[in-house]
Amino acid sequence: MTTAWSMVHVLAGIFSRPEHGGSTLGWVIGRVLLVLLVAHVVLIVGALMVWSERRVSAWMQDRIGPNRVGPEGLLQPLADLGKFMFKEDVIPRHVDRWIYVLAPAISLLPAMVTFAVIPFMGEVQQAGDWTWHQSWQIADLDIGVLYILSMAGISVYGITLGGWASNSKYSLLGGVRASAQMISYELSLGLAIVPVLLMTGSLGLGDIVRWQGEHGWFLFFQPLAFFIFLVSAYAETNRLPFDMPESETELVAGYHTEYSSMKFALFFLAEYTHMTVGSALVVTLFCGGWTLFGLEALGPWMGLLSFALKTFFFLFLFIWVRWTIPRFRYDQLMALGWSWFIPLALLNILLTAAALATGIPALLYVMPVGLLAAALVVVGIVYRREKTAVRPLAADPTSALWSGNRPAGGGATGEVGS
Amino acid sequence: MSAKVKTVHRTPSTFLERLYVPSVLKGLGITFRRMFQRKVTMQFPEERWEVREGYRGAPVLVKDDEGRPKCVACSLCEYVCPPKAIYIVPEEVDDASRAHIERGPAVFNINMLRCIFCGLCEEACPEEAIFMSKEYALWGASRAELIHDKETLYELGGIRAGGIKKWKGK
Repeated sequence: MTTAWSMVHVLAGIFSRPEHGGSTLGWVIGRVLLVLLVAHVVLIVGALMVWSERRVSAWMQDRIGPNRVGPEGLLQPLADLGKFMFKEDVIPRHVDRWIYVLAPAISLLPAMVTFAVIPFMGEVQQAGDWTWHQSWQIADLDIGVLYILSMAGISVYGITLGGWASNSKYSLLGGVRASAQMISYELSLGLAIVPVLLMTGSLGLGDIVRWQGEHGWFLFFQPLAFFIFLVSAYAETNRLPFDMPESETELVAGYHTEYSSMKFALFFLAEYTHMTVGSALVVTLFCGGWTLFGLEALGPWMGLLSFALKTFFFLFLFIWVRWTIPRFRYDQLMALGWSWFIPLALLNILLTAAALATGIPALLYVMPVGLLAAALVVVGIVYRREKTAVRPLAADPTSALWSGNRPAGGGATGEVGS
Repeated sequence: MSAKVKTVHRTPSTFLERLYVPSVLKGLGITFRRMFQRKVTMQFPEERWEVREGYRGAPVLVKDDEGRPKCVACSLCEYVCPPKAIYIVPEEVDDASRAHIERGPAVFNINMLRCIFCGLCEEACPEEAIFMSKEYALWGASRAELIHDKETLYELGGIRAGGIKKWKGK
């Protein structure tokens, strides 16, 4: 009887705080169970992503992909894990041993703990004629967004320290690139969130989802911020087209060149966990979290389903983009971040703040449309002007190649494309 | 200065190309369509290449219409084999059902680790007892397993009916 009661307490305590009538012990046990559950789900999704990455990339290249281990190859990650476990764990003699061993853990941990503040589920509650959205998450921090940004900042260390401690030039180059890239893109990442914070007036992710449940997704209010955040998230997770720290074609394997066995697997897992967290963040901040145009009122499971589906869509987008776009050059990456995204994000903040300052809510609805229209007009004007302009080289690009007429002097004077 | 200098003119990118976004969307469309196209992978152990007539796979020994081993242990194949992969120990055949021959192999080994699949054994054989089969996927867990003995060779070869055609038209 008592055990049955404590079980009920545990189950009820998962989401009810002590001050809301739950028992303290039940609440603590419930939280611990929830943390374990979420951590496992994140890791399993990570494993699933390894499988999907291989299958989807295979499909895109007219191949089939791993389909032997388990149904449709779903147990392939387990087979991979077994392989990693039994691989020889080489620690080269020239490494800085202490940091070298620590780095893979440092790179995985920030990604895992970021999930603590993401509301993955929720329900619509009603009291009298007042309806509100109640988010369920491990911890509804009031400073959720700051927490996420700081964790993103910490995650640079795993890669940078791994590259540094490896004491090899390729690893070091990878690590240095990672730190430069992630610091640059953290700026645009943070700036892209600011309009969202301005509009919700809260740093808590629960509040941000609640706001979207009541007013509409930020994807529609802030398309520019969404785009900047999404692309910066790709850079933050070191995924193609921004996988400069790894870039196999130049740096062997970048920061994890010297790693083997489970230590390499941890870096690998960290990348996929970062992807999962990145997708969940995009969903939470811009795509309404667990809300789905009012359908979430059907019950908390609808909210979970909606959140999961949206997250999986963005995870698929990660893979889709990876197998479509080739790697950027390093200077292109930096130019994109510093001379496009940061000014655009600042402009977006300025416009949103101005729209909010006028106190006319309709302006917030007009702003994305206006931005889109302005962008289209600018593109159209430049495109028209370029089309009508005389472009001698473009007239017949092959003539110089095949007719053999070279400019006098015979020097290689051809202009280099920008 | 050498006259072989070639000036390469590059077409400058148009504005839309420099904007990346249209090209990226176009690329995403291509990869998405690719996902649903017919796959080219052949699932090997279950699906196999259909090899053409005249393919030189593993050499095998064959039996005649009545299921009698055709090899007479003349050792011509052993003699002609360039990597010396064939090993034969002849013996006298004292069998009523095989009264048309006097001798046959007591031991007939082909070391598939040495075989170079040249097909000279098939050409040399006067009795048409050894053939290059279409078997190309050979494997073994040990070196000993890849030395095909007489039983293995006859099992792989099966029956080749129709007598000896080698000298027709000669």
